[in-house]
Amino acid sequence: MKEKIKIKIKVNGKTLSIEQNSTIVKLIKKLDIPLNKVAIELNKKIIDKKKLKKITLNNKDNLEIVHFIGGG
Amino acid sequence: MRNKDLLTIARKKFTSRLIVGTGKYKNMPECAKAIKISGAEIVTVAVRRVNISDRSKPILMDYIDPKKITYLPNTAGCFSSEEALRTLRLARVIGGWKLVKLEVLGDRKNLFPDMIETLKSTEVLTKEGFKVMVYCNDDPLIARRLEDVGACAIMPLAAPIGSGLGIQNKLNIRIIRQQTKLPLIIDAGLGEASDASMAMEMGCDGVLINTAIAKAKNPFQMAEAMKYAVIAGRKSFLSGRIEKNIFGGASSPKKGII
Repeated sequence: MKEKIKIKIKVNGKTLSIEQNSTIVKLIKKLDIPLNKVAIELNKKIIDKKKLKKITLNNKDNLEIVHFIGGG
Repeated sequence: MRNKDLLTIARKKFTSRLIVGTGKYKNMPECAKAIKISGAEIVTVAVRRVNISDRSKPILMDYIDPKKITYLPNTAGCFSSEEALRTLRLARVIGGWKLVKLEVLGDRKNLFPDMIETLKSTEVLTKEGFKVMVYCNDDPLIARRLEDVGACAIMPLAAPIGSGLGIQNKLNIRIIRQQTKLPLIIDAGLGEASDASMAMEMGCDGVLINTAIAKAKNPFQMAEAMKYAVIAGRKSFLSGRIEKNIFGGASSPKKGII
């Protein structure tokens, strides 16, 4: 069986090893993150949530996933 | 009886004039309960990274329903216009929020706002369609500039954030009140119920309170106290107070004294 190639990306400052050609939506599901409660930035550009299925991740990509927390 | 004295911000109408922060509480249930008791219809929230390694952490939106309570995303912790803009653009994506609280800090010790960065950000955000409620210094000139660039509410500090000192510069707040028709909301530095009443008696449209409730020994009781303090102060302001007089004036009639 052909071994899947892994790439390294950063998610919220942490390095993750994921399969090449993974989409953002696949990663979000894997991380168990509720999509309707977050905003996502890929390499400092805000991503339109409707386009998540189409965007594949590349080596050294930097993702930021944010949500609301308590604050004054 | 229908309550006609409503707070209007960016064409949205609110019954409560108390805005509450959601930070510094012991836990989410405590925060949610205090907000409920306070009667607040607007709460400030911060934008932060999702904890990707521990997904068991509670989520604010599970405790405070953004369909029932208006979320006011803030830029707490931002020290530049660039950071603030990035934060609020992200906030807008989460749920389509356009009403936001801008806060660009300039000093880590006293947490005073950097008004040059704040002014710059207000202008950019307004052009992008945001409705910007602006945390600012109690400076009438800056307040006017913010209004000129499109702020939808002026929110001067009473005292440094979390200090609990109450309104330090009543004169400036009065001047700002006289010069603007925008909603004027005292943000930061209030410590107890009388501080909130004072702000309302001075004609402010509302107050924003976080630490004074969250860090009180009994946050629920303080939330209730603040609720009534704001109502009392507002009614007192609307009632038209008596003239101040250095001499006494008896309340009981002289006629019929035995």
